[in-house]
Amino acid sequence: MADVNRGNRPLSPHLQVYRLPIAAIASIMTRITGHALVAGIVLLVWWLVAAVASPGAFAAADWVMRSWIGFIVMTGSAWALWFHALSGVRHLFYDAGYGLEIDEAKRNSWVIIVGSVVMTLISLILFFIG
Amino acid sequence: MRYITPRKAAEGLGSAHSGTAHHWAMTVSACALVLLTPAFMLVVGSAIGLPREGVAAYFGRPYPAIITALFIVVGMLHFIKGTRIMIDDYLNHTERKVAIIVSVIFGWAVIAAALFALAKMALVTIVI
Repeated sequence: MADVNRGNRPLSPHLQVYRLPIAAIASIMTRITGHALVAGIVLLVWWLVAAVASPGAFAAADWVMRSWIGFIVMTGSAWALWFHALSGVRHLFYDAGYGLEIDEAKRNSWVIIVGSVVMTLISLILFFIG
Repeated sequence: MRYITPRKAAEGLGSAHSGTAHHWAMTVSACALVLLTPAFMLVVGSAIGLPREGVAAYFGRPYPAIITALFIVVGMLHFIKGTRIMIDDYLNHTERKVAIIVSVIFGWAVIAAALFALAKMALVTIVI
């Protein structure tokens, strides 16, 4: 019993300390972004309906839209929409049988994460100079 | 010997028993939304910040109105089917039924509200 390995054994994955692989993070973020887009679409449709309802209704919706709350919701929605769209395109490739190897899945997960941030920054720049 | 095709023998054996039509509907709407998303974001970006008359005049034009209507209708139908996947994953029994009903009603309410606003803006522009 002298050479029994007591401290360096592999541990079974423990959910509270398990670090999710990047592909799993990209996968759950796709679901979260898709559902979180509710906030953006509700704010936008409220703003549209308020515009045809009354001057007071539009003033209220437009105030929220142009406040820091509106900025956070719309910028967050832009990022969520880009993330979900890029991930959706990846699902179309998955369905066609491409990008399913572990190394490829890791790489295209990073493409989605970095790509969504870059596209959001481009969207913000276009919004503020346009 | 069973006179049955391999496909017939396998149909409905998945945990959900069906789902091909659901998956295909998500695929078709996803392709449409990939095309609509950049156009819709540019339209919304151009509209935010306009005064009330400017918003009505902008969405009274064909391109912003059609892009917005298409994005919200296709997007909310994609949303209803998308939430259904999550509901089926996480909820059971009465909670599942309630969540599906809420999701479908919410999706169609958003579609109706957006189309009403767009229709009214289009008609106002014609009158002016």
